Amino acid sequence: MLELKNICFKRDNKEILNNINLTIDSDKFVVITGPNGSGKSTLAKIIMGIEKPDKGQVILKGQDITNLDINERAKLGMGFAFQQPVKFKGITVYDILKLAAEKDLNRREACDILSKVGLCAKEYIDREVNSSLSGGELKRIEIASVAVRGSQFAIFDEPEAGIDLWSFQSLIKIFEDMRKIIKGTTLIISHQERILNIADDVILMKNGKIENKGKKEEVLKEVFESNTCSKLKE
Amino acid sequence: MGNVDIELLNKITDVNDGKFEGAYNIRKNGKGIERKITENINIVTKKDVSGIDIYVKENTKMEFVHIPVIITESGLTDVVYNDFYIGKNANVVIIAGCGIHNNHHEDSRHDGIHRFFLEEGAKVKYIEKHYGEGSGNGKKILNPVTEVTLEDDATLEMETIQIKGVDSTIRTTKAALGSNTNFVVKEKIMTAQKQIAKTIFEVELNGENASTHVTSRSVATEESMQEFKSNVIGNSKCFGHVECDAIIKDKGRVIAIPEIIANDVNANLIHEAAIGKIAGEQITKLMTLGLNEKEAEEAIIKGFLR
Repeated sequence: MLELKNICFKRDNKEILNNINLTIDSDKFVVITGPNGSGKSTLAKIIMGIEKPDKGQVILKGQDITNLDINERAKLGMGFAFQQPVKFKGITVYDILKLAAEKDLNRREACDILSKVGLCAKEYIDREVNSSLSGGELKRIEIASVAVRGSQFAIFDEPEAGIDLWSFQSLIKIFEDMRKIIKGTTLIISHQERILNIADDVILMKNGKIENKGKKEEVLKEVFESNTCSKLKE
Repeated sequence: MGNVDIELLNKITDVNDGKFEGAYNIRKNGKGIERKITENINIVTKKDVSGIDIYVKENTKMEFVHIPVIITESGLTDVVYNDFYIGKNANVVIIAGCGIHNNHHEDSRHDGIHRFFLEEGAKVKYIEKHYGEGSGNGKKILNPVTEVTLEDDATLEMETIQIKGVDSTIRTTKAALGSNTNFVVKEKIMTAQKQIAKTIFEVELNGENASTHVTSRSVATEESMQEFKSNVIGNSKCFGHVECDAIIKDKGRVIAIPEIIANDVNANLIHEAAIGKIAGEQITKLMTLGLNEKEAEEAIIKGFLR
C-alpha cells in the first residue's frame, strides 16, 4: 500500500529523519509511537506531502508520489487529521464536511458522520469551525473530516494531544470503533496505550529512526521492558 | 426595464426578475420608475429634495420594503434622501442597495442618505448591497450614509455588503440609541484593483441598557485599500462590541482605527481588530481535503465574507 524508501529530513543541522525505510500493508491499523522529538509527526507530514523530504521516495500503491502536492495525494485517497485542528472564521462544520466529501453531501449524511464521532449533530452542523469550539470538539470534527472522505489511507497525528481527560475517554472509544468508520489503511501517531492496544502493527521510532516494527505484543513488550517510552506507562 | 436593469436588480436584491414581495420603490438613473405601497407601508416622494419618505404603520407584522437603485448612465451623480419612519412595535425587513453598470469613461456616482427613525419597540432588519460592473474607465462611486435613531426598546440589525466592482466608497453610519435598544451591524467588503473603501461608524449609547455589536469583515486584494474607523460612545450603563477582521492579499492594505469612549462608569465597551493574510495552515488543511491552493483560498474568503 505505502512504501517509504530512504527518507531523510534535516533542519537546522539536526537529523530529524535518518534513512527511513518502511512498508505499510493495505487495510491495516498501524500506530507509530516513540518519544517526543523522535520524528513521528515529521514522517506523517512527509507521507501527506505537507513536508518534502530532502532525500528518498514515497510510494503509494506502486506510484511514486514524492513530488505530488498535498491535494494531489488527497485525490489519490489519502487523508490527514492534524494534531492541532485548524480553525476558520465563517466556515461551518457542514461546509468542511461538504468540502471533504467532494460530493453533494446532504445534511443527513453529514449528521450521520458527526454522530459517529460522538457529536450531537444538530448542535454542531451549522456552527463555525472557530475558537468557540473546545479542543475535544475540534478534534472530533477533524476526525469526521477525514472519515467522511472514505480515505484509503488515513493519517491521524496524535489525536489525543491537547484534549482533557474526559474528552479523551470518549475519543478513545471513537478510535476503537474506527474500523467501522474508516475503510482502508489507518496510520495513527500516538503515545496512548489504549490506541496501541487496537493496532495491527506498531512502529517504534527513536532519534529519527525506526527502532522496531511488528505485532503490538512484540513491540510493546520491548517498549515496556526497555523503558524506551516512559509515556506509555502513564 | 431592460435585461441590464433586471440583472443589476438580481445582484443587489436576491429577488429574481424584479418581482418584489411587499412594498417597493425602484429608482433608475435618478428617477423613480416603479412603486407599490401596501396597507401598512406608504411611500411618498419628497418635495424639497430628491428621495422618498417611507412610513410603516405601528404594529405592522413582518413585511418587506424593497428600495433598490440602479444606475446605467455614465457621468451621472445621483444623490437621494430616503427617510424611514417605523411605527411602534412594527416589524419590517428593508432591502436597499445600489447597482451601477458603467461601460463608459465618465464616473457614475450614487450617494444614498438613509435616515431611520424607529419608535418604541420597533424592529427592523436592514440589508444593503452595493455592486458595480461595466467595462469602461468611468469609476463606479458609492457613498452611502445611514443615520439611525432608536427610541426605547427598538432594535435595528443592519447587514451591509459591498460585493464587487466599486471603485471608491465612503460609508458612514451614525446611530443614537435609547434605553433597552440594540443596534447590530454586519459589514462585509471586498476590494480589488485600486479600489478604495472607507467605513466610518459612530454609535452613541445614550439610554440605559443600550447595546451595539459591530462586526466588519473585509478582504483587500491587489492594490486596493480599506479603512475602518469606529467610534462607540457609552453615555450610560451600556454595552458596545466592535470587531474588525480583515484579510489582506497581494498589495492590499487595511487600516483599522478604533475609538471607544466611556462617559459613564457602567459603560462596557470592547474593540477587537485583527488584520493578516490567510493563514498557511488553513490552506494546508483544505488541500488535505483535495482543494488546490487557489480553490482553498477562494473557499476561505467565501466563508469569511459569508
